[in-house]
Amino acid sequence: MIRVILPQHLRTLAQVGAEVTIEVEGPITQRSVLDALEARYPMLRGTIRDHVTLQRRAFLRFFACQEDLSHESPDAPLPEAVASGREPFIVIGAIAGG
Amino acid sequence: MSKVRVLVGTRKGAFILTSDGKREQWDVSEPHFAGWELYHLKGSPADPNRIYASQTSGWFGQIIQRSDDGGKTWHQPGTPPGEQTGPGGMPKGESNKFVYDTSAETGKPLTTHQFYDGKQHPWEFKRVWHLEPSLTDPDTVYAGVEDAAIFRSTDGGKNWKELSGLRGHGTGPKWQPGAGGMCLHTIILDPSDAQRIYIAISAAGAFRTDDGGKNWRPINRGLYSKYIPEPTAEVGHCVHHIAMNPSRPGVLFMQKHWDVMRSDDAGDNWKKISGNLPTDFGFVIDVHAHEPETIYVVPIKSDGEHYVHEGKLRVYRSRTGGNEWEALTNGLPQSNCYVNVLRDAMAVDSLDKCGIYFGTTGGQVYCSADAGNSWAPIVRDLPAVLSVEVQTLA
Repeated sequence: MIRVILPQHLRTLAQVGAEVTIEVEGPITQRSVLDALEARYPMLRGTIRDHVTLQRRAFLRFFACQEDLSHESPDAPLPEAVASGREPFIVIGAIAGG
Repeated sequence: MSKVRVLVGTRKGAFILTSDGKREQWDVSEPHFAGWELYHLKGSPADPNRIYASQTSGWFGQIIQRSDDGGKTWHQPGTPPGEQTGPGGMPKGESNKFVYDTSAETGKPLTTHQFYDGKQHPWEFKRVWHLEPSLTDPDTVYAGVEDAAIFRSTDGGKNWKELSGLRGHGTGPKWQPGAGGMCLHTIILDPSDAQRIYIAISAAGAFRTDDGGKNWRPINRGLYSKYIPEPTAEVGHCVHHIAMNPSRPGVLFMQKHWDVMRSDDAGDNWKKISGNLPTDFGFVIDVHAHEPETIYVVPIKSDGEHYVHEGKLRVYRSRTGGNEWEALTNGLPQSNCYVNVLRDAMAVDSLDKCGIYFGTTGGQVYCSADAGNSWAPIVRDLPAVLSVEVQTLA
């Protein structure tokens, strides 16, 4: 099981709590985690990644294990601690605006 | 007894205000979609319980919400209320998807428009500014978006398809964003001709289709914009809003960046009707429900100072279709007031005594139950108001 922490507004949209757990098949990467997240919670499509390009939205970042993974390749393996479920994959909104 | 339901979009959520036909006592809802920008909400004329809402965020993008029970509950079209996923990976979440048409069969889709610096810039979807439900079919709804384009859904908002003839008709590379972005903010459906639609873009101008959205042409003759290189250009005008009385669909009233204008020939020609207004800069304009020559504007000091003139919140009414205006001040603050009234933030009901409504960037929503003679706040302390629509319910 992969643990994912979503920002508050996406929790509301998906009607979930702070952390969700999802099954991910195959290699554990940003892409496979987000694909599985969007399959489980389709209302999140377009809110984290662009619908068409699948690029990360500009004001969101991806963190795990105290590291900023936002600029890593979406197909790079995520840390083993995320793959094993010990640490969450965190989607976080930029602190900007009011 | 008749009732009214006022749909208010704000910077931090949507609010629904309800009253009986007297419009004296109001119920104010808790915030819907708290914390999100609600650019616009509008009910279907064919089914008042069907309401569409544009929920948007600089962080998370565009969400379309729909209510089928008059705003009590909401869901993203395609996702039934209370249900998060569907069998077999049903393509929910599609309702948020606005993708510019790049198909070969619809001609030569444009890929660039003019940017602030005069260079060409790719079209990039940002948000839905305006939702216009069909006059006859609750499942058909139009969306005006930034960067400027018009989309249509015929399945209750689940899927959206661009009417790309607008961007593709030829002038697109000359369109440029106004200060608020290159937004398509006005969509008017002609009740006498299902094939005719008017739209307006800031800063490109007004456009019309006479064949249901396939072909479009600019309708800006008579507009004069001294701030653009060619003041009478075919496109490039910063139209802020257009209004129409359904009983006279060929007569249009426009609040431009500067200038209040009217057209008596479906937009083919425009003439200035600013008359004795203290300033003819502004955003909103609307028409009395039963008196098609009675129009309303809220003059704003200038394009550099987006608040009301002289610290006084005044609605101006013309009963002569323009040129002669009277200030309506009874019940509105007449000192130390520095709010703005944004382009989609005025509406009229269709009760016998026409009600006029508007919302301010200071979070007040005002109502006049007597066509503007007197005003009272429905609510004073909402987040900045982006849009106001009203439904008159039997």
